[in-house]
Amino acid sequence: MTAIELSAAVRSGERRAVDILDEHLARIEERDGEIHAFNLVTADLARSQAEAVDSAVAEGRDPGPLAGVPVAVKDNTCTRGIPTTCSSRILDGWLPPYNATVVDRLAAAGAVTIGKTNLDEFAMGSSTENSAFGPTRNPHDTSKVPGGSSGGSAAAVAAEFAPLAIGSDTGGSIRQPAALCGVVGAKPTYGVVSRYGLIAFASSLDQIGPFATTVADAAVLLESIGGHDPRDSTSIEAPAPSLLDVLERGVDGLRVGVLTELAGGPGGVEGISPDVIARTAQAVAALEAAGAEVSEVSVPSATLGLTAYYLIAPAEASSNLSRYDGVRYGLRVDASTTGEMNTASRSAGFGDEVKRRIMLGTYALSAGYYDAFYGKALKVRTLILRDFAVAYEKVDVLVTPTSPTTAFGFGDKTADPMSMYVNDVCTIPSNLSGHPAISVPFGVGDDGLPIGVQILGPAQSEPIIFSVAAVLEDVASKGGAR
Amino acid sequence: MTWSIEPTLPEGWELVVGLEVHVELATATKLFCGCANRFGSEPNTNICPVCLGLPGSLPVINGTAVKYAMLLGRALQCEVRPSVMARKNYFYPDMPKDYQTTQYDQPTNSDGELMLADGFTVGVERAHIEEDTGKSTHVGGGGRINDAVHSLVDYNRAGVPLVEIVSHPCLDTIEHAKAYVSGLRDILLAIGVSDARMEEGSMRVDANVSVRPVGSEELRTRCELKNINSIRSMGRAIEYEALRQIDLYSNGESPRQETRHWDEAAGRSTPGRSKEDADDYRYFQEPDLVPLVPSAAEVAAIDDAMPALPSARRSALRQLVPAVSVSVEVIATLVDRGQDELAIAAIGKGADPEKVVTRLQHDLAVDDFSKITAGAFADLIRMETSGELTATQAKQVLSEMVETGGEPRPIAESRGFEAMPTDDLAGLVDQLIADHPEEWSRFVGGDDGDRKKMQGFFTGQIMSSTKGQADGRAVADLLAQRSAG
Amino acid sequence: MSDRITRDEVIHVARLARLELAPDEVDAFTEQLARVLEHAADVESLEVDDVAPTSHPLPLANVYRADEVTPSIDRDEVLAQAPFAEDHMFRVPPVLGEEP
Repeated sequence: MTAIELSAAVRSGERRAVDILDEHLARIEERDGEIHAFNLVTADLARSQAEAVDSAVAEGRDPGPLAGVPVAVKDNTCTRGIPTTCSSRILDGWLPPYNATVVDRLAAAGAVTIGKTNLDEFAMGSSTENSAFGPTRNPHDTSKVPGGSSGGSAAAVAAEFAPLAIGSDTGGSIRQPAALCGVVGAKPTYGVVSRYGLIAFASSLDQIGPFATTVADAAVLLESIGGHDPRDSTSIEAPAPSLLDVLERGVDGLRVGVLTELAGGPGGVEGISPDVIARTAQAVAALEAAGAEVSEVSVPSATLGLTAYYLIAPAEASSNLSRYDGVRYGLRVDASTTGEMNTASRSAGFGDEVKRRIMLGTYALSAGYYDAFYGKALKVRTLILRDFAVAYEKVDVLVTPTSPTTAFGFGDKTADPMSMYVNDVCTIPSNLSGHPAISVPFGVGDDGLPIGVQILGPAQSEPIIFSVAAVLEDVASKGGAR
Repeated sequence: MTWSIEPTLPEGWELVVGLEVHVELATATKLFCGCANRFGSEPNTNICPVCLGLPGSLPVINGTAVKYAMLLGRALQCEVRPSVMARKNYFYPDMPKDYQTTQYDQPTNSDGELMLADGFTVGVERAHIEEDTGKSTHVGGGGRINDAVHSLVDYNRAGVPLVEIVSHPCLDTIEHAKAYVSGLRDILLAIGVSDARMEEGSMRVDANVSVRPVGSEELRTRCELKNINSIRSMGRAIEYEALRQIDLYSNGESPRQETRHWDEAAGRSTPGRSKEDADDYRYFQEPDLVPLVPSAAEVAAIDDAMPALPSARRSALRQLVPAVSVSVEVIATLVDRGQDELAIAAIGKGADPEKVVTRLQHDLAVDDFSKITAGAFADLIRMETSGELTATQAKQVLSEMVETGGEPRPIAESRGFEAMPTDDLAGLVDQLIADHPEEWSRFVGGDDGDRKKMQGFFTGQIMSSTKGQADGRAVADLLAQRSAG
Repeated sequence: MSDRITRDEVIHVARLARLELAPDEVDAFTEQLARVLEHAADVESLEVDDVAPTSHPLPLANVYRADEVTPSIDRDEVLAQAPFAEDHMFRVPPVLGEEP
């Protein structure tokens, strides 16, 4: 059952939230030992929330649009009194004294928080192999990675541990694992969902978003967690977008562009596998068949996105992660001075990828290199925004693959950081521009593993990109993606 | 305001001082969260996820703090421009995020100035917004940071809004440096954005000091003096440092660029332990906050709401009183006490300016003078000037006016005050001289000290026998007359 | 070994970031960072003097909070998370060096 169906059944009194919870806990019990989607299953909290939902229904009150729906929450999202680790040893034992805004909003919508999901340490990675607590496995093929960094959330939804999950997306960390696990994942417009309580990786790029098995479920989740939050200065002063109402409107007359540089076109990025390119082309053809006007559109600076991202994100991260110093919370390795204690704690608490990005970011910001690296990257960001603005004069949405390949094997890309980083090549431009994007499953690759197609749109175009995704979902469900 | 004799540097050298003044803004809450901005609370009671920099927390800037900063900027004649917050990255346990949220290349206020009472203009490079750090107590080793066994950190102060006012290195004397800091404090109090208490640390001064040969335009290596906790201490610290540097140059050495800590008790500064890390703060724009872009209308509204500033008030009063008899310091004192308005109003009603200033300066020094109206005060001064009241009587009437807010004439009448006719007074003086021949001979033949002392004696006797109805000046005139005759 | 970043620079950057690297880690990071910076050459060589930087994807400005006190949190809850606390404060080893 979808989240929407479950919620309807709970609200009508047809099903009890605690029973739904038990079914999901049973599936977790059965299979999460193998998958390792969760860092922590919060069964007690979930049960008390489910009981409260059932009482509300019994008393004739409406618990909200997510009534009784189990939701898995990425473990970089603060939950009061519940360990929040970022899959890092440095946050060992930390119990946040507050909830993230999205956690409060989930509770207000009647959702049941079922657990905290695994991720690449501090969301830095594309395979969830960088977790200090061990990798998550792809439910479609446990010899493969689930993608990352929100691999735990993607796998939890794919394995039906929860119908919905919360992820965060800094360079593709929702969309890429969604594609690799065969589920729907969206990165909303920057500022649509509050970042308050999301442990920062790269503040100007991070955005929380939904995972679900259907576009409609992703829409209802985003409607529940989105909207202005006065605790986040970068929050857009508008209510959450209305998505469900417009999901069925189709693509008749919509102008759809294929983003040449990210879809295997000439002068574009290399390394996108032929089956992924083929599926993307098929998706575009399906949209054309559904009434869309299709064209090829160039966004030249999109090819520079990867480099700009791997300067901007580490730069911000190097500063955001300074606070893990052993003084106030988390891991402390003692030493004879505070400076040495800071160094010992950080050296022991952070994994290699986190150290690498802190080093890269520190370097990019340091005296003598700022202009050549960080400063240039900020200008590339301007170019990308300009090029997208030009593109969106011609088309309403752009289509690209989500990930260059299907799910890959453990250890395949860990030796060379750059080979891992290129996984984000199609997803990064939206983070740099702040624009929304959604990945929707569309068939499988030559290896039988899921492929995701990505729909991009201008700022606050969620209603449009979700409705395009709904059309592709419909086509795929009718066997049109093979 | 402190005024002291300027210590002279050795011949041929001059001082170059730039000051960095940190001012805590008197807002109700901190810069980025709703925790109380309060001095002296129990440790770690004014803290929350934001000011503790807990993972996931985000800052939202205090609109009042920004407004106060702009008000201060305009009071210092700064340009108020669109600005952004930035991160200054360095590790320090007092700083919960291990970066300070401050302003870097786009500060809110820049290019201002402050004119001192003597007309010297101090250029203000910038006045930017930033957050304060927490506070450490160093345990063991006598509380000195470098000998401590361990330190204890209290984050109540972390995130308190500050404005850092950076002057150009243009201060040429210790007196000007002192007057500049006093002037800043006057402005802060006048516009009400800070309580500016150096002893509580709500106003903190760091001094960048260098010296150079007179006539040279070069800027030599400077040292930054910290731990200055009063204006007086700043003067001593700058003097010590200037002499130290001159000494080095005279011996063919040069000072090193360093931070030095002023030890007020010892009267000397010691070099700070040099930092492990080079100064590479990796500034970049704070991505969790958005730009501050005041409209022209907002800046105009700030200007409209600007109260009269001390310098303007001083010159308004200055124009009404004779420069020969009333000094710059007296004018400044009256303005500091907030008596300039009363003085200007009384002078406007025809009271003698010099007398007005004298009465305010000497006889209303500590009193709450809020009950006294300008009209009543002007009447009192006129009565004194016309001889209706003696100086002593005028003082007594004034003190009753302070209490009751009454008019001077009825008060004088109720006390039976009428100035004694000079003929009666002459008789009393002659009698007194006859009764005290020894004192009189000391008055007539003694040195200046004796004469002064004896004048006090005779005047006191007369005042006491007339219950203060005699005019002190008339007594003095009579004594002078008799001794000359 | 690439000339994009030297071992000494890696050691310097690690010190700025308060990270301690074993000699073999210094080698590995030097190599890996050099490769990333190699890729950054496309950005480094761009002629973009006339392009303004974008620090933030949204054109937001003037987001202010009212100067109203909101409750602070319980210090015991916070101090319970501290590796070492004493007298209601966070305890750290001696602090060397000066506050900048």
